Order: sequence, then structure tokens, then C-alpha cells
Amino acid sequence: MEREHVLVALVEDEPGVMQRISGMFTRRHFNIDTISVGHTEKEGISRMTITFWGDDKKAEQIIKQLNRIIEVIKVMKMDRDSIQRELALIKLNTSDAAVRREIIEYTNIFRAKIVDVGKDSMIVEVTGDPDKVDAFVKLVTPFGIKELAVAGMTAMNRGSKPQGNGK
Amino acid sequence: MKMRGAKAILESLKREKVEVMFGIPGGAVIPLYDELYGSDIRTILMRHEQAAAHAADGYARASGEVGVCVATSGPGATNLVTGIASAYLDSSPVVAFTGQVPRPMIGKDAFQETDPVGITMPVTKHNFQFYSVEEIPYIIKKAFKIARTGRPGPVLIDVPKDVQEKEGVMKFPKDVDIIGYNPTVKGHPKQIKKAVELLLKAERPIALVGGGVIISGASKELLELVELMQLPVVTSLMGKGAFPEDHPLALGMIGMHGRKAGNFAISDADVILAVGCRFSDRTTGNVNCFAPEAKVIHIDIEPAEIGKNVPVEVPVVGDARQVLKEMLALARTKVKKHPAWLEKIKRYKKEFQPKMDYDDVPLMPQRVIKEIMEVLKEEDIVVTEVGQCQMWAAHFLSRTRSRTFISSGGLGTMGFGFPASIGAKMARPDRNVIDIAGDGSFMMNCQELATTVVEDIPVVVGVMNNHYLGMVRQWQELFFDRRYSGVYLGEVPDYLKLAEAFGAEGIRVEKPGEIKDAVKEAFSCGKPTVIDFVVKPESNIFPMVPPGGCLKDIIEG
Repeated sequence: MEREHVLVALVEDEPGVMQRISGMFTRRHFNIDTISVGHTEKEGISRMTITFWGDDKKAEQIIKQLNRIIEVIKVMKMDRDSIQRELALIKLNTSDAAVRREIIEYTNIFRAKIVDVGKDSMIVEVTGDPDKVDAFVKLVTPFGIKELAVAGMTAMNRGSKPQGNGK
Repeated sequence: MKMRGAKAILESLKREKVEVMFGIPGGAVIPLYDELYGSDIRTILMRHEQAAAHAADGYARASGEVGVCVATSGPGATNLVTGIASAYLDSSPVVAFTGQVPRPMIGKDAFQETDPVGITMPVTKHNFQFYSVEEIPYIIKKAFKIARTGRPGPVLIDVPKDVQEKEGVMKFPKDVDIIGYNPTVKGHPKQIKKAVELLLKAERPIALVGGGVIISGASKELLELVELMQLPVVTSLMGKGAFPEDHPLALGMIGMHGRKAGNFAISDADVILAVGCRFSDRTTGNVNCFAPEAKVIHIDIEPAEIGKNVPVEVPVVGDARQVLKEMLALARTKVKKHPAWLEKIKRYKKEFQPKMDYDDVPLMPQRVIKEIMEVLKEEDIVVTEVGQCQMWAAHFLSRTRSRTFISSGGLGTMGFGFPASIGAKMARPDRNVIDIAGDGSFMMNCQELATTVVEDIPVVVGVMNNHYLGMVRQWQELFFDRRYSGVYLGEVPDYLKLAEAFGAEGIRVEKPGEIKDAVKEAFSCGKPTVIDFVVKPESNIFPMVPPGGCLKDIIEG
């Protein structure tokens, strides 16, 4: 059965590591939906969150192929109930005062943040699981989105026990 | 210890016990070659960088040690790529050095600048570029460790010219830790137990042996286990030599041009013990009808190979030798026999004998192989090119020892055999080395005759000269209505004159019965020799499983 998979890979922070990983996906015809990279608690180690569609067999192959990459230290499958977050910055048209009020209201309901206000535009920052971010974007689309930037998902499994399948 | 970067590279190589490097210098590696001047490490000057990579690969496959090649930046580096990819597909330990423009010029599209690290990412196990002088010993240590351990493979190191020239304080580590790299050598005891139990329950078990058995040095353990459990043995192309092909349990190579007995036997099996093989399409035929009744036990050090191409019942991640040893210990007390199955195997073997004793003129390739085989000693090394010549050798020629059959299996690189035989001869100068070639393949790297003559490396090339790109012609004959498009090579060159022009020996053989003497003469003359076997132009390699066919759907010509 095809579904969305979320993987987290801990990788050595070396030049070219992104290219190695994205190159492997391309070469084996695995499509990445989103990919995000950032620091971890350990210096020299980065954390990547990769999402893609496929069945479990494909997911297993991807995990194994990721593990072949020398700079990949550990690959973890994210559970379905894992914490999954996206961040979106949305620049909205607010020349109309009524519209401005409505956006502020939605922003409060979604626990989003207004991070910049101009004469006829504002930037809203919304974080949450992908569904929430999608819902917010859909809601404000009629007001006129001037610019939209969504960062790839980052994820973490719940609980305190060590996770995943190391090498 | 303070020294130049180039010196640190050579010091590191000596610590890895490197004795020979195959390569061609150029602007970006002159400092490195300057250090090689008068060094204990022998440099073989090749005539094309592709050949340098194949020679390093051939050296690695004949010896089990890491083969080393060097090229300059830009075109030197790009010319290495085919050789590196060939080593990668067949899991051969090669370390390749490429020169690079000085660090301040990187990214400026400088003269002969290219990005070998980027280019070779998909065809190396790993690759590096030196960013500082001081990291040289660490990176070289890492590179050799990665190349030779686990599932071996090529590693490329890109060396900016200024890093070769600059002095730095060097520390040479005894070992290095690579946090993301820790191959599983010991198989899981539970899985090993399951594997043995499944084999004991089997009615029609068979062992499928791949190149991993050769790499891990598991031939002895394999022989013991299959004799104990009475398992018939088939191999992949890469597994050829891992198990003595004259053994009563041996059925030879399976696959597209495999032995009929082997193809039939594995198709009938109910349990397959697959060791160090990756179920390539050339081995399995159509994977959907591959061994339809069989449950598969797959032993491999590479987890990604398990379950990739065929479903696996019992996966065992680990080194073949270690795992087979533990299986032996478990199996010893409780062996089960399967006489009916062994009878059937015997019948297959008797019924499907390959025919080799043709007396035709022009020569039939099968006859050529037969007579070559009569001259070869057990330890002599057969290297092949790619195409019909490769399959004639793989199908008809028996090998009984590991590392005595060397062929480009995965990538199928024409032009591989001759330079690889140079590497093999450097690794094993006491053995006879013969490259079984076609005229198409040999022409792709025949310039290396110069290398063999100047460096005094007496290898023999046996050219199955049919004036065609024979394998493509055969496919056109069988599947494209004999429309021979772009495959006729003409009756050139004259191989005797070609050999003579390079200062090598040349022998032409046109009649059966004369083959043996020619090969003997070539081996004993002590000079690089080209033997021109004039074979029937439209000779084919049969049996053949057509592309997309099942292993039992054999065309026999």
C-alpha cells in the first residue's frame, strides 16, 4: 500500500552530503517530496528529515540505500503519531482594513504569528503539522497571497527511548 | 613529522602496503610524480587513464589487495570514470587519485578543472577531496579502510595541486574511526539457525554462489558445507572459480548464457542458499519466473542487496565466510539426504553436456576455449573482455580456484580485459595470464600493448576474431531479423602487424589442433603476445535465455 513515509537521517556535516543523498534518490528513481536539514545537539552532525510516497518495500530499500552512504550515521523511521512540523511564511495583501482584521483573527485561531506589518501587507508565520499549515494557507488564499515560503517538514518520534534502526 | 603533501601521500600508501600504481601524470599531479621518482612504489605508465583504472581493478581482483590508480585533473579524471564504475559494480577495492587545480582556483573553471568528486559519487563507495595538508594521512587511511572492508568498492581521492606542494606536520594514524561505517560481519545467530533448519527441511536444495564468496575467502567453508549437506552448486558470473567447477556437485554458471543443467536445477529447487550474490537480471532471467518454487536464504554483507531483486525468506547479513562457518557448526550433527534430487542433478549434468569438440575451419570459439583450457594450469588467470568472448569463456571454460577468472560482470565494460590482465599479471607475476578477447573489445584498449612491452609485462591476448561486434550481431540475428546495423568491424587490423608495431609477439591460428601449441608458445615466450584466432564470423553463443525470458526458456541455436 502506498503512503507517505517520513525518515530522519543523522549525517556527518561534510560538504557534498546533501548531493550524495539527493543523488541516490534521483539515480534509483525514488522521489523526494520534502527534505530539510539542520543542526543537532552534537557538533558536526546534521539531521535530515525526508518525506516520500511509496509502499513499505520501497521505504525499506530507501532506508538500506541511505545506510550505504558512508556519511549517513543513522536512519530512523518516524511513527505515524510522531511530531511533524512545517513552517510557512506567508506575505498577504492587507490594503483593506476589514481584511486585515480577519487575517489577525485567523492568525489567533491558528496560533500563528504576525512577524511583519507594512502599509498594505503583512507576513504571517505559521508552524504546525502539514495539515494545519495547508488549512491556514487555504483559508487566507482568497485575500491574496503575495509570497509563500514553506520549509520542508522536520520530525521527531515521541517518547524517551532511543529510536530507529541504526547501522 | 613535517613534510610535503605529496610525500605524505606516498608515506600513507607505503603504510597501506601499496607496491604499484597505474596511471598517467599531468600538470595537476606533477608534484606527486616528483615524489614517486626513485620511490619503492612502482609506477606503471599506462597509455589511457581508463586502462589505468582497469589495471588497478585487475590487480585488486587477482590479489584481493587494494589496486591504486592515478590520473591528472580534468580529462585524466573523467577518463578514469568507466574504470571506477566497473570496479563499483563488481565490488572491487580500488583507490583512485585524481589531480585537481590548486585550491584558490577551484570553482573558477581553471584549465583542466573538473569535479571528479561530483562526477563519481554514483559510482564510488565513497570519495574525498583534500581540503588541507594535515588531513592527508587520515583521509588515505579512511579511503583504504572503506575500499577493502565490508562490501569492497572503489574510493576516489581528489588532490589539489597546492596540497601536494605545501608542507605540513603529519601524524599517521594506525586506524581511523568512521562513525557512519560499521559493516556487519557476524551473522545473527537466530537467522543462521533458521537458515540451517530451512536447508534441512528442503527436498531440492541448491547453493547459488556469487562474487562475495571470492571476496570473503569462503571457498573452503562453502566446499565443506555443500559436501556435508550435499547441495548442488551453481554460480553467477562473478562467482566463477569460488567453487571447483570439476566437482561432482558443480553445475557451473547460470543465467542468460548459463549452463543448461544449472538453469534447470535452480528452476526446480525448493530452497536456494544464495551466498554473496545480488540476483542480477543476467543471472535470474525474468525475475517473476525465477525459481518459482524456491524459498531463498540470502547471505550478504550488504543489507541493501537482500530483498532488492527477489523476495527473501531468511536474510542473513554478514560476511560469507563467518556465516558459512557457523552454519557448518550447526549442520554437522544433523544432515539429511535427498537422493532423488541428486539423481536428477546427475541426469541433468549428463544430459546437458556442453559440446566443444568442433573441427570446423574457420574455428569455432568453443574449440578455442577447449584447447586453451587444456593448456591452463589451475592457478593461471583468465581475464575476459565483454560480449560473446566473455560468455564463451564463462560458459565453456572450467575454473577451480578463486581469483582465477576475472571479468567485468555488472558494468559489462568492453576494453576491460586487456588492461585488467596487466593488473593481474602485476599482482601474480608467477602465473600465466590470458585475456580472452573479441576483436571489438580488444580494439578499445589495444594501445596498452605499448605498456606491456615497455614495462615488460608478458600477458597474452587471445582474440576471437570474427570481424563483428558479435554479441550485438547475435541479437540482431535472433531478434532483429538479421539486420546487421553498425556491427561490422571489417577485416582490420592485421593483429600480427599490430603486435609487431608495438614490439609484441603475434601468432595467427586458423585450424583446430593448432590452438594449444600457440597458447603454450605465447605463455613460454616471455613476451606480451597477441593470438589471432580466426573464428567463424557468424558464430553464436548458445545456449541463450532471450532477454525477459525464464531460465528454462533456452534457445540452443
